[in-house]
Amino acid sequence: MSNEIVVDASGLSCPQPVLLTRNALKQHPERIIVVLVDSAASRDNCQRVAEKAGRQVVSSERPEGGYRLDLKP
Amino acid sequence: MSRLSRFFVSRWGAVVTGAVIGILAALLVPLGNPGNMGICVVCFTRDAAGALGLHRAAVVQYIRPEIIGFVLGSLLAALLYREFKPRTGSAPIVRFFLGMFATIGALVFLGCPWRAYLRLAGGDWNAIPGIIGLVLGIGLGVVFLRRGYSLGRTHPAPTALGWVLPGLMVVLLILRVTAPLYGRDADGNPAGPIFFSQTGPGSQFAPLLVSLVIGLLVGFMAQRSRFCTVGAVRDLIIVGDSHLLNGVLALVVTAFVTNLITGRFVPGWEGQPIAHTNFLWNLAGMGLAGLAFTLAGGCPGRQFFMSGEGDGDAGMFVLGMFSGAGISHTFNMASSAAGPGPYGPLGVAVGVVFCVLIGLFMREPAHR
Repeated sequence: MSNEIVVDASGLSCPQPVLLTRNALKQHPERIIVVLVDSAASRDNCQRVAEKAGRQVVSSERPEGGYRLDLKP
Repeated sequence: MSRLSRFFVSRWGAVVTGAVIGILAALLVPLGNPGNMGICVVCFTRDAAGALGLHRAAVVQYIRPEIIGFVLGSLLAALLYREFKPRTGSAPIVRFFLGMFATIGALVFLGCPWRAYLRLAGGDWNAIPGIIGLVLGIGLGVVFLRRGYSLGRTHPAPTALGWVLPGLMVVLLILRVTAPLYGRDADGNPAGPIFFSQTGPGSQFAPLLVSLVIGLLVGFMAQRSRFCTVGAVRDLIIVGDSHLLNGVLALVVTAFVTNLITGRFVPGWEGQPIAHTNFLWNLAGMGLAGLAFTLAGGCPGRQFFMSGEGDGDAGMFVLGMFSGAGISHTFNMASSAAGPGPYGPLGVAVGVVFCVLIGLFMREPAHR
């Protein structure tokens, strides 16, 4: 079983990606959370919230467009 | 990510953007713009709507180059940094009406959140009930967001879609420069539109090039730093994140200091430029605006900046603002220095009912 939790926030307006990310961070403190967003603003916001929660964040561009954030505990 | 990009999304990026906007907005007043209205996204949209003849309030008709610059500056930044991403499909018709009612509410207060902060920095204490209303409206929006409110997802769109609103702004710029007269008076003589106010706030403006360049610069910086005067309060309430708020506070501080230097800090309640002293309707008007902006995901400036990034739904919000400005004045809802317009309170009530229904019933249909 994959240890990843995927949060697909692509296409959602501010601040929904941040809210979904924060909820996932609270529910799954031990697991890697993958956040998918499609705007750079959402990427930056989710990254900030995750870093504030003590996560190590790796950001990458998705080949199909948008961004992927790996939030590591 | 380049160093400049990293800077703009950092805490200091937000602060510097806010600080620069505060200084430039305060300087636009001695350069010609109306009092405490160096930048007001809603008022400027209203003026542009008036210039096009969408309302006939003769004192507020002028195509403001600042808002044109907002979209085009953001477009430029988005293109340069590969963030121009045409998209649409997140409840466009709802966003149109949110833009309309946000504008109706803001024109009861006589300013959008940008101008509320600038009025405060100019010593207009009537901004205080406005800002209280703004925070309450945003707070109500946050309640809906926490309950699962969503306008649904956008989807990538063809490139052409992203150019529609920037294209409209280019047309507005051409109309501002060439000032054609498409109308005819009773005797058949050429008349507006395009209308340009001869008296009142619409007749007060900084030189075209100055306004345009400042608009472009603000658009560019705000696109990079994601500056948002509503997100500032929203993010603090919702996740305790003061990132955007730092930018707004910097704006207030630098605008205040600039006003002190230029002799335009005049504290008081009475006799403030383009303002009324009705506490209740300053609060309620901005309350509606704050709620509508929150439900749409950002302040009016942010809607213009996102339009520049190719967001067709933000573009619909902007068109709703133009429409709201027209309706606000033709239906006697907009306030004046004397106080709220006769139908302003009714407009706010209808807008609040609309926004609450949207807040309660708009949900994402199903998870992907």
